[in-house]
Amino acid sequence: MRATVAAGGQASHGIQLGVVQEVLLALLAREPSHGYQLRAGLQLALGPLADALKEGQVYVTLTRLERAGLVSSERVGQANQSERKVYDLTPAGQQRVVDWLADTTWPKPAPAEFHLKLVAAAAAGLADPRRIVDAQRNVVLTELVVVQRAALSEPPLSVAGLLLEGVVLRLQADLHWLEACARFWAEPAAPNRATSREDGHERSAARPRPADDVRA
Amino acid sequence: MSEVLRARDLRMTYGRDTGTVHALEGVDLDVERGETVAIMGPSGCGKSTLLQLLGGLQRSTRGQVWVDGRQIDALNERALSRMRQRAIGFVFQAFHLLEELTAVENVELPALLAGRSPSAARHRAAELLDQVGLAEHAGRLPVSLSGGERQRVAIARALSNDPLVVLADEPTGNLDSVATSEVLRLLDGLRAAGQTQVIVTHDARVAATADRLISMRDGVFVEETRLDRGPSGPLSELAGLEG
Repeated sequence: MRATVAAGGQASHGIQLGVVQEVLLALLAREPSHGYQLRAGLQLALGPLADALKEGQVYVTLTRLERAGLVSSERVGQANQSERKVYDLTPAGQQRVVDWLADTTWPKPAPAEFHLKLVAAAAAGLADPRRIVDAQRNVVLTELVVVQRAALSEPPLSVAGLLLEGVVLRLQADLHWLEACARFWAEPAAPNRATSREDGHERSAARPRPADDVRA
Repeated sequence: MSEVLRARDLRMTYGRDTGTVHALEGVDLDVERGETVAIMGPSGCGKSTLLQLLGGLQRSTRGQVWVDGRQIDALNERALSRMRQRAIGFVFQAFHLLEELTAVENVELPALLAGRSPSAARHRAAELLDQVGLAEHAGRLPVSLSGGERQRVAIARALSNDPLVVLADEPTGNLDSVATSEVLRLLDGLRAAGQTQVIVTHDARVAATADRLISMRDGVFVEETRLDRGPSGPLSELAGLEG
């Protein structure tokens, strides 16, 4: 999730296609709709996050869904206006919606890599794990501030505010864990920190000095 | 000078001989007028002690504090108490409302103690309760209010004497998520209105209401971040929508 953001330095192509597909199908489950109605429904649910919805993304996705046989479309004439497409679910599309609602897949947080980074940094005497924790905490904290401010600008009972609250609570959980990391690696008996001290010799002049003297 | 609060080399030691605890180990702080500063750190890091020294509720072992340009360390108890009344509004985690007084009576109390006329104090208290969205609860006792409502009454009380600075100690510490949001909205509104605030907390959400965030550990400041209000770029990434 967050750890994978911009991993390849690629520009964002808007909201992940999968999410949009499933949501559009679900929005069509009640009644046939125009593309612009579907887009408005998505925008309401996302609030300030709707910026991520690129112009045309809804229409591109609907075209793909139609090609995949999950939706059908019909051109409907409107008084004094050009014809507009109305989309409807096919039986296959309905089945996909049912499957999606029943799906309990949940994005997992990914603390293992960070944990191993701390362990390796300590073991190799490359850096003080606490500095790494501090840097990471600053990043997460700044992210949390961004999202919490967006949440505070939403009116009470905003549906998008609920989404933002979910993001805030997850980031808060990350911060709690980083706090635990900071406490653990501050212990004089933490693994490898003790070992390297017993070694009694500097491995490299360039090695950052663990700041044990800050709080001996 | 537009500094409302200034502290230099603040130190606080509890106990003596072998049982000493160094709660603060040399803290410097400047708070500008209209600024909201959040001080974050785990429990036991010294942040509550710092707040008590800044507000003149305790005297430091070493170091100096200035409130509105006036050094408070040398003041006698009476002068210190007057300074607190005039310049400081306190907000505590446990609200500290008087249970036998109604909401409006709690809010007007500091103004009455400061010598304002009962009618002026009541008028201001009613205004403040309206400002925190509790005008219709003015006559209720704290026991009949929710946690979030009680804290909003406590914040109104803190504003009763139009303090130079509000000092808040874990203002969301006893609140659930919904009540936390209510209180954060209120604190953010005060910030936007130019109220100087120093908030100590371990709740990262509170930082969203601040202009500046200071991280504290083991009695010292370890990090300081200015929290600019720029465009909220990475929102959708953070929500897992993009990637």
